[in-house]
Amino acid sequence: MPPRPLALKILDIASVLLFLAALWVALVYAPLEAVMGAVQKVFYFHIANAWIAMLGFIAAGVAGVAYLVTKNLKWDMVELSAVEISLVFFSVTIVLGSIWAYPAWNTWWTWDPRLTSAAILELIYLAYLMLRQGIEDPERRARFGAVYTLIGGVSVPITFVSIRLFRTIHPVVVGAQDPSAQGGFSMTPAMLNTMFFCLLAFSIIFVTLLWHRIRLAQMQQKVEELKLRLTD
Amino acid sequence: MLFLQAPPDTSRFLIAGYVIAVVVMLLYALSLYLRQRRLERDLQDLEELAEQQP
Repeated sequence: MPPRPLALKILDIASVLLFLAALWVALVYAPLEAVMGAVQKVFYFHIANAWIAMLGFIAAGVAGVAYLVTKNLKWDMVELSAVEISLVFFSVTIVLGSIWAYPAWNTWWTWDPRLTSAAILELIYLAYLMLRQGIEDPERRARFGAVYTLIGGVSVPITFVSIRLFRTIHPVVVGAQDPSAQGGFSMTPAMLNTMFFCLLAFSIIFVTLLWHRIRLAQMQQKVEELKLRLTD
Repeated sequence: MLFLQAPPDTSRFLIAGYVIAVVVMLLYALSLYLRQRRLERDLQDLEELAEQQP
């Protein structure tokens, strides 16, 4: 395996610094919200994690299309890596949302359109990882993965727009929200700055993790090839 | 100002949320590192085996 490139080393350092800065901005710089108090600050990491997860799921769909067009297995590695990272971020999104929901809605979970579509999205991609394990042939596995992420990708915009399309208690922070929404708040300039900084920091962290995960997949492929050569 | 109330103390939820976010992120980074180390060892072993084969 070639040594870590300089750009990746720089990204590693930048990611650690940006993550620490995002923590500081969210916990110290962002003002205390008047109605909900401290728990509102969970919102900054909740939205940043959700953004990265959505970005990753869409990237996986794009990589799936690229595989179907080129038949190059490197796109399958990109797809798998993007899904795995997005699942981690999306799990954190759901847990953070639930932690915020308890003081705001007096319940950890409710079968609201946004929460339901988010749970379905998580399960779709968990199933993707499990189903991949059952396919031995790399090309068949890649073809299955590409079609699956392409179809699964449809649930990403549905989850995103669900709070704008359906009657929901989940607040819409940007844009008009349903009157039945609970826990919404108006963003002050400092809150907006915090949100955009967290989005930027997590975007860089995503790129770094994706690069590392793709390198891992390349190494895995090399090990599998060597094993095949030795058993032949 | 007379009717203004202090926001409720929800700091334990804030702490729980951020602890979970940080721990999950660190665990994922650690899992990437450990998987890479294991693969590097496997790769080294396999390359040695390949050299020994006629």
